[in-house]
Amino acid sequence: MTEILESAGVIGRPLRRKEDAKLLHGRTNWTDNIQVPGALHMALVRSPMAHARIKKVDLSGALAMPGVVAAYDAASLGDLNANVLCVWPVTDDTVMPPFPALTGDKVRHVGDVVAIVLATDAKSAEDAIAAVDVDYEPLDAVVDMIDAMSPGSALVHDAAANNTCYVYNLGGGYADAAAKADVVIKRRFVNQRIVAGFMEPRAVVAAPMGMSDEMTLWSATQIPHVLRVVLSLSTGIPEQNLRIVAPDVGGGFGGKLQMYREEILALQLARHLGRPVKWNETRSEDMVASHHGRDQIQDIELAATKDGRILGMNVTLLANMGAYLQIITPGTPLLGMFMYCGIYKMDAYQFQCTGVFTNTTPTDAIRGAGRPEATFAIERMMDELAAELGMDPMELRTRNWIQHHEFPFTTAAGLTYDTGNYEAATARALELFGMDELRAEQKRRRESGDPVQLGIGISTFTEMCGLAPSRTLGALKYAAGGWEHCTIRLLPSGKVELVTGTSPHGQGHETAWSQIASDILGIPVEDIDVIHSDTGRAPYGMDTYGSRSLAVGGQAIKKAADRVIENARPIAAHQLECAAEDLDFANGAFSVKGDPEKSVTLGALAWAAFSAHNLPDGIEPMISGAATVDPEDFSYPHGTHLAAIEVDTETGKVRVRSYVAVDDVGNQINPMIVEGQVHGGVAMGIGQALYEGVEYDADGNLLTASLADYLIPSAADLPSFTTDRTVTPSTTHSLGTKGVGEAGAIASTPAIINGIVDALRPMGVTDVLMPASPQNVWRAIQAAKGAGA
Amino acid sequence: MQHINVTVDGTSYEAEVEPRTLLVHWLREGVGKVGTVVGCDTSNCGACTVLLDGRSVKSCSVLAVQADGCEVTTIQGLSTGDDWHPVQTAFKECHGLQCGYCTPGMVMAAVDLLNENPSPSEEEIRDGIHGNLCRCTGYHNIVKSVQYAAELMGGRK
Ligand code: FES
Ligand code: FES
Repeated sequence: MTEILESAGVIGRPLRRKEDAKLLHGRTNWTDNIQVPGALHMALVRSPMAHARIKKVDLSGALAMPGVVAAYDAASLGDLNANVLCVWPVTDDTVMPPFPALTGDKVRHVGDVVAIVLATDAKSAEDAIAAVDVDYEPLDAVVDMIDAMSPGSALVHDAAANNTCYVYNLGGGYADAAAKADVVIKRRFVNQRIVAGFMEPRAVVAAPMGMSDEMTLWSATQIPHVLRVVLSLSTGIPEQNLRIVAPDVGGGFGGKLQMYREEILALQLARHLGRPVKWNETRSEDMVASHHGRDQIQDIELAATKDGRILGMNVTLLANMGAYLQIITPGTPLLGMFMYCGIYKMDAYQFQCTGVFTNTTPTDAIRGAGRPEATFAIERMMDELAAELGMDPMELRTRNWIQHHEFPFTTAAGLTYDTGNYEAATARALELFGMDELRAEQKRRRESGDPVQLGIGISTFTEMCGLAPSRTLGALKYAAGGWEHCTIRLLPSGKVELVTGTSPHGQGHETAWSQIASDILGIPVEDIDVIHSDTGRAPYGMDTYGSRSLAVGGQAIKKAADRVIENARPIAAHQLECAAEDLDFANGAFSVKGDPEKSVTLGALAWAAFSAHNLPDGIEPMISGAATVDPEDFSYPHGTHLAAIEVDTETGKVRVRSYVAVDDVGNQINPMIVEGQVHGGVAMGIGQALYEGVEYDADGNLLTASLADYLIPSAADLPSFTTDRTVTPSTTHSLGTKGVGEAGAIASTPAIINGIVDALRPMGVTDVLMPASPQNVWRAIQAAKGAGA
Repeated sequence: MQHINVTVDGTSYEAEVEPRTLLVHWLREGVGKVGTVVGCDTSNCGACTVLLDGRSVKSCSVLAVQADGCEVTTIQGLSTGDDWHPVQTAFKECHGLQCGYCTPGMVMAAVDLLNENPSPSEEEIRDGIHGNLCRCTGYHNIVKSVQYAAELMGGRK
């Protein structure tokens, strides 16, 4: 049974979503639906080459085309050409090359932008970009990170010797740990490049607003608030004149946590020309233009005693930055650096990451951002160590994980996990999974030499959510803070406006935030309107990413709602003719202690505070509460995911037969939404394990340039999931919640790969490259056979 | 330019269209049916799925001129006003959508699937909607939604 938070109200209930009526009837406001009279359509001239010097750009052909109003290259754009900003230089000497919206000297990846055309309609703009003549002088392209770092390799940026962006070190003492160890294992894992794959392609509309100086930018973004700041810093448009709106946004997964050059260009040209400018990408454009993620080579060492106690871990990463630094490109792999220890105790932890420039699309955060890579490495290593020691992989985990009575626990990486109960989540997962029967079947198949082998994949993971305590971000050299804001206003009618700084794009914030406020204020969910994603209506916020919205934003809602009650209290006391301290507040009404008949509802007080005819002296009209909360610490959701995997050893085909996910995300506001987040995350992690991977050829041409070549899993590729939760409330977050947006994507990839390797280990297989396509699995089997022969 | 006469969501439209115009673009730009969306340029995602004479099609892989004389039903015509088609009800009840971008196409594909097969198995559902991609839900609740819709429509007991 899933436990849920005991609450008199609606917290913890699987309420159906407020968002759904309009989404299910097609009454939607995607950015591409926005029509502004007189809008020009923007199309971009993208480089077909990975690395080349731009000799000449001839715009005249395009300018002569029907419907074309203007065209620019970097030279003619002049001062309007602004930079995409990176806000996370991770070290003092991180190489931060400029990333201009239009590149003028060289192109550095396929899809880099050389020129733009503006026309009266989208088709004319599209047709005209073919008439822009660019003369390129091809240069050697660097695609592979190891090649990129070899002496004599071509340089993506002259300022970055050996194509090195930065080297980051954390921890130490691994050599001592290894010296004491009975067993040391080393593995190299490749965590391949993937795309976010949001279903709504990106789109931007920028418009000057009438007679004022205001520019409004609608963008399919996760971060309207952050975007306003960085666009202002980059373009010089005063912040107060910029209004950013993220209308209905069709998924993000980190891919819309970005400042994109198309946003800069649309904004600058709309301002310059005094006309609205619209751009929307095709999917194929998205594949080269929206940032990619992951792409690390991980060299991992684990030192342990012969009875399986981990002594130390050494992590050496190469992290592919791509051709430019986007908003948090350098920091993304470092979001994982604290998570390589996972849920395990160890004496020493040593980490080094080298950021490497290559002639590829820039990388940045995608669902989990650094933590999926870390979890993949440690969970794969646990299976490898277990095999080395001849120990059951779950037994090895049990011997090393932090016991539930040991919290709070400071890990070797230096984080203090506040709570957790790995025993409980694992026990529940094992029960749902039927481990004993599956192991018995595995044994039978092995003994009979069945061509279809069965493997059991384990992932006992944790992650850090709730980005983030601002001081910690400062110490890591991230430019901004990690707080979140909420304002709650009582309207004269007694209805409620809840203004949040989070910016949902599928997570159901309107429903969940209403549940929190309803629970505290005693006002029905349907009487609460959640306002978000528009810097004009919701001016303060840090937006939605890193599973932060509930973990941080939820606390702001609670605090703001508590303040509403405190601000209403003196008015209630005045009406009920008693002292403020003599009032109880419950179910949306104040009542006099000991005389519950004497009471007044918040709704009635809202009208009284609006009419203001009879307020106590010194009390201002209207009732509201505002709060900005900086989280005390990260939160640490965890869970145990188990996968039963069938591998056809003759064809390499993999089938996920069953998948059990038991997550502990602390208290749940809406368990239906929590479950949906887990499903989607698990599916995305399985996508990385089995189907997805961005591929370039040696010259830097993108081979997976459309949804026909890049396989986002369909319903036919995935199983149903068995999900449940254990509940260990966070002690550092006022609602006891932890966050759930990324958990599934972090947990499932290693569970799947561990399952495949478990199935094939008797054949000598110890690893399989992702995506574990039939071809990659078959190759792993052949390589093992070859090595064994 | 070519003349077409298409009934969309119960209303008949006469229009002059360029022969290269895709049905989805005409629906969005010519008729204002922006509830139907575009997710790709290779006919892989299914976000644009509508019913053409009652059968689901990817409206990005049909030319507007091919719909001449036909009846098109989009997500906006599936039910009117505050009415809900059982598939819409089921998607809400079973949390079969998150961001909602795949939803118009997914719902129309499900309507067609249930018309053809009122009582599909899980495998038949997964197979039937494999041309409609969703990045948010992992399909688990979409499958549940289609099963529940079948029940609401009397196909499953
Ligand atoms: S838009 Fe993707 S299939 Fe039609
Ligand atoms: S609900 Fe977002 S893509 Fe399906």
